[in-house]
Amino acid sequence: MATSSSSQTFPVQLAAPVTQEQPWIRWTLTLLALSFLSLFLLLPLMGVFFEALKKGWDVYIDAITEPDALAAIRLTLTAAAIAIPLNLVFGIAAAWAIAKFEFYGKSILISLIDLPFSVSPVVTGLIYVLIFGLQGWAGPWLKEHDLAVIFAVPGIVLATIFVTVPFIARELIPLMQAQGSEEEEAAIALGANGWQTLWYVTLPNIKWGLLYGTILCNARAMGEFGAVSVVSGHIRGLTNTLSLHVEILYNEYNFVAAFAVASLLALLALLTLALKTLVEAKVAQQIRGNHS
Amino acid sequence: MSTFKQHSVLPGFNLALGFTLLYLSLIVLIPLSAAFIHTAKLSWPEFWNTVTAPRVIASYRLTFGASLAAATVNAFFGLLVAWVLVRYPFPGKRLVDALIDLPFALPTSVAGITLTAIYTGNGWIGQYLEPMGIRIAFTPAGVFVALTFIGLPFVVRTVQPVLEEIEQELEEAAAMLGATRWQTFRHIIFPAVLPALATGFALAFARAIGEYGSVIFIAGNIPMISEITPLLIITKLEQYDYAGATAIATVMLVISFTLLLFINLLQWQARRHNTKV
Repeated sequence: MATSSSSQTFPVQLAAPVTQEQPWIRWTLTLLALSFLSLFLLLPLMGVFFEALKKGWDVYIDAITEPDALAAIRLTLTAAAIAIPLNLVFGIAAAWAIAKFEFYGKSILISLIDLPFSVSPVVTGLIYVLIFGLQGWAGPWLKEHDLAVIFAVPGIVLATIFVTVPFIARELIPLMQAQGSEEEEAAIALGANGWQTLWYVTLPNIKWGLLYGTILCNARAMGEFGAVSVVSGHIRGLTNTLSLHVEILYNEYNFVAAFAVASLLALLALLTLALKTLVEAKVAQQIRGNHS
Repeated sequence: MSTFKQHSVLPGFNLALGFTLLYLSLIVLIPLSAAFIHTAKLSWPEFWNTVTAPRVIASYRLTFGASLAAATVNAFFGLLVAWVLVRYPFPGKRLVDALIDLPFALPTSVAGITLTAIYTGNGWIGQYLEPMGIRIAFTPAGVFVALTFIGLPFVVRTVQPVLEEIEQELEEAAAMLGATRWQTFRHIIFPAVLPALATGFALAFARAIGEYGSVIFIAGNIPMISEITPLLIITKLEQYDYAGATAIATVMLVISFTLLLFINLLQWQARRHNTKV
């Protein structure tokens, strides 16, 4: 009697898994997490667009199409267009050396690549001032030849490159390590040279990781504030990136225009998140070795 | 050469490593060394007086205090968010998961001005807090809010993959042996995610210490009260006090590098822990 009743309740116990919490705990935790995220993520994001459109579309359009804003957009795109290809080549070279070969000091090299992430943006700007500024190492020489790096576009580009150095390399290294070198070794054995192997074997295998790193690199390149702020000199129409333009407008109490320009950057951030989510699945696929 | 590198049939090692080292040296290492070399020009008392001036000390206290508080809040809520994202189904989950990385993707100046707008006296949140006598914007509390925003993804993104990997069998075994859900969490799940949680905490903390853009708008930047250390570097630069700016920057660099070393150790330990289980 007792055994038959226990065998009847057994399936019922399985239906409510032992590794799940009570419904009320699940709901409370979910609600708590979502409230925290709404407060700290959703609200600030909505705030940008709300403040930008406070005075209507006409004011908004005017703010993002005035000459200084357009110049800022141009400079932002220029800096990203220089920084991304350079860091792309660096990322591929670094990942090739680290993932395909065994050598001493490899883990130190990986840490060095990550170094820019742990340097305060302000310090990044400062070190370039120390080298290229008027009192810096190269300062007198640059002045003699009528060249400017600090308070000019080259400084902004350099600072942008510095802060975005790790992005592509740190995506490619684990991806290429996980994929191993068998396919490349086969290509070499079949008579391909190094460049052919890189172009026809390696790059197709890492294309999604490459794209993923580029998306993150681009977001940071276009949004960087602290580092470029130190080297820019804030000359309107000349050395102002979008991110810096936001600050200038804000400090002039031109809040609607500041938020209008900020909303462009927020849209870029949303686009980045969307693309990132799409590409993420593809990268996971490639790590598993499903080259489709 | 053969002792430095293991043999491989693949070509391009010298070129790839050579380019990597050259690029890193030109862009990162040589410029960073400039900070240390410039600091070395100062005498020790000069250096010490600069980096321990009362206004600088006050900025360390704020920067470290607010960073620590923000990283702690992020550790707690980051674990909670990661848990909910991994374990519980709810509508719009993919969207929420994608939104976690917003602080990485949103430029810091944008984050700074929108947080300020929300927490000032007539902002969406500020209007309810102000009558209660709680002021966030233009106080040290504002610094904490900005740093919490900036550090949020670090804990979630380090803990999430570890939670996904935990084997349900362990939890089932614990339940069969009579453990309550809380005991299972406390003794099985929490120890497993602890290394990742510590790494996420350290990453959020390290990021917060150097943060500038999102903080300066909401901080109010009152000397001795709500002035962060990176801002002091900028202030000194604007007064052409290059030596002072560099001295403080060197202190920050040393702290960042120490934290980086600590984080690497944590990750190394976490990897060892994972392979052992």
